[in-house]
Amino acid sequence: MNSRPAAYAVAERAARESYGKLLAYLAARSGNIDAAQDALADAFTSALERWPLDGVPRTPDAWLLVSARHRLFDRHRRDVRAERLHGALAAAARDAQRDFERAGEIGDERLAFMFACTAAAIAPEMRAPLMLQLVLGLDAARIASAFLIAPAAMSQRLVRAKRKIAAAGTPLPRVSPDDLSARIDAVLAAVYAAFSAGWSDPAGVDPRVSGLAVEALWLGRLVADIVPDDPETLGLLALMLHADARRAARRDSTGAYVPLAEQNTRLWNAAQIDEAESLLRRAARARRPGRFQLEAAIQSAYAEYRFGREPAWNAIVALYDGLLRIAGSPVVALNRAVAVGRLRGAPAGLLALDDVAVRSDLRDYQPYWAARADLLAATGARAEAYRAFERAAGLSVDPAVRGYLLGCARRLGTAQPSAPSSASEGKSPG
Amino acid sequence: MEFLLQLYADQTRWSTLPPDQAHAEMGAYAAYTQALHDAGVFVAGERLAPPSSAASVRVSADGKASVVDGPYPETKEQLGGYYVIDVADHDAAVSWAARCPGASHGTVEVRPIMAVPTAA
Repeated sequence: MNSRPAAYAVAERAARESYGKLLAYLAARSGNIDAAQDALADAFTSALERWPLDGVPRTPDAWLLVSARHRLFDRHRRDVRAERLHGALAAAARDAQRDFERAGEIGDERLAFMFACTAAAIAPEMRAPLMLQLVLGLDAARIASAFLIAPAAMSQRLVRAKRKIAAAGTPLPRVSPDDLSARIDAVLAAVYAAFSAGWSDPAGVDPRVSGLAVEALWLGRLVADIVPDDPETLGLLALMLHADARRAARRDSTGAYVPLAEQNTRLWNAAQIDEAESLLRRAARARRPGRFQLEAAIQSAYAEYRFGREPAWNAIVALYDGLLRIAGSPVVALNRAVAVGRLRGAPAGLLALDDVAVRSDLRDYQPYWAARADLLAATGARAEAYRAFERAAGLSVDPAVRGYLLGCARRLGTAQPSAPSSASEGKSPG
Repeated sequence: MEFLLQLYADQTRWSTLPPDQAHAEMGAYAAYTQALHDAGVFVAGERLAPPSSAASVRVSADGKASVVDGPYPETKEQLGGYYVIDVADHDAAVSWAARCPGASHGTVEVRPIMAVPTAA
């Protein structure tokens, strides 16, 4: 019955695929990202209008290219200045056409483009937004909302970042195979930032809110297609698939938030979890562990709930220890403290948590207060736990999470503290 | 930098809310307000009486005053409350606005307050 939305999804996927490829190609050769974006904008918009109705053309790249070239040459005739500006771009478009006629496809330079987006000159927090715009063609307003930034500010920052790519010189970086794994880490970090946008932020809400999980998974698959043997790339994809697999179980039928330990695991996407597990096994064969493989392994341990079993907390703590050594962050340390609480009891967890709080400013970090509240409740410190739940609720962006935390506080006020739940789920891909 | 967060929502909604939901919502605002205090960014904040209690006043160029009942302009979403917060920048103000319960059932408009140079 939903043939329209399904057709739209297929068309959108194809259009973004071609858009990213063409933009990377044209920008790399013309050295002008803005002009290339400009030339492709209308073509991309009309593709999103027409393809869902007419079907995806047999050669989407060619469709977009022809449509973009029309626009490009229209402009030339009108505007001499634009001609100079677009001259290199027009030449690039002719190259692309030739490429296409010869090989039936346009060279895929998206990875080089992704490297450009994650170059050292680009501020780390702008890498994911830039990639979403340049590789997938998302508009600034949508990116801004996902990252909880005012659209005008986001547009401005995107423009500045693009200028930096241009200033770094073209063609885009050619990366030698030796250099690949170092460079790819920055790309993977940006993809993960897109996945957890507005989610791993201080509010700690889940990917339903970020709304970019699908796009990030797509970027992850794209990188995995280009470098199928890179273990960290496979690890990131496994991590995102695990977290995304639980999406439907994070809300009950009334829309209320359900923490990980209480989720109906039959709502988990089994196919995605199986895929994640097999990716993780493939990654392990390379014997090059890394941050994303460890994080995926932790998610894999949580997946034990599927079989009605408590996760192996000792293994999870060990994995967090490993993670702390290679990619330590307050978030990792916080997650580790929660796992310590489950393994050695709430007082041990609280001690570990205090240790994190001493070293980092977590005052406005929602998951910190949610985790603290859980641990305090488990030790019977009801008044303190109540305050911490309230504090976490006050820092929540997601109304379902806020409601859940307030409910926890309320229950403390009227009844015995219940068993600790993972209200802190939001801070990790729970 | 000070920002005004204006909370716009359908003001008839509140009166139709079941008591337990209304109670939960007050709890949500209390928690949010407390979080603003704890973060050290709270400057001011109040809930406003219903728009029906408003009067709108205008004085024309020739000095003629007009007073009408109700808010200006009459729209579905009305100003129902406000916060003034003091944060580092616009991004921080937006992220605090997103945490406001009012953003989940209405709109929170974020506006920088113009700094007036203080007289010596």
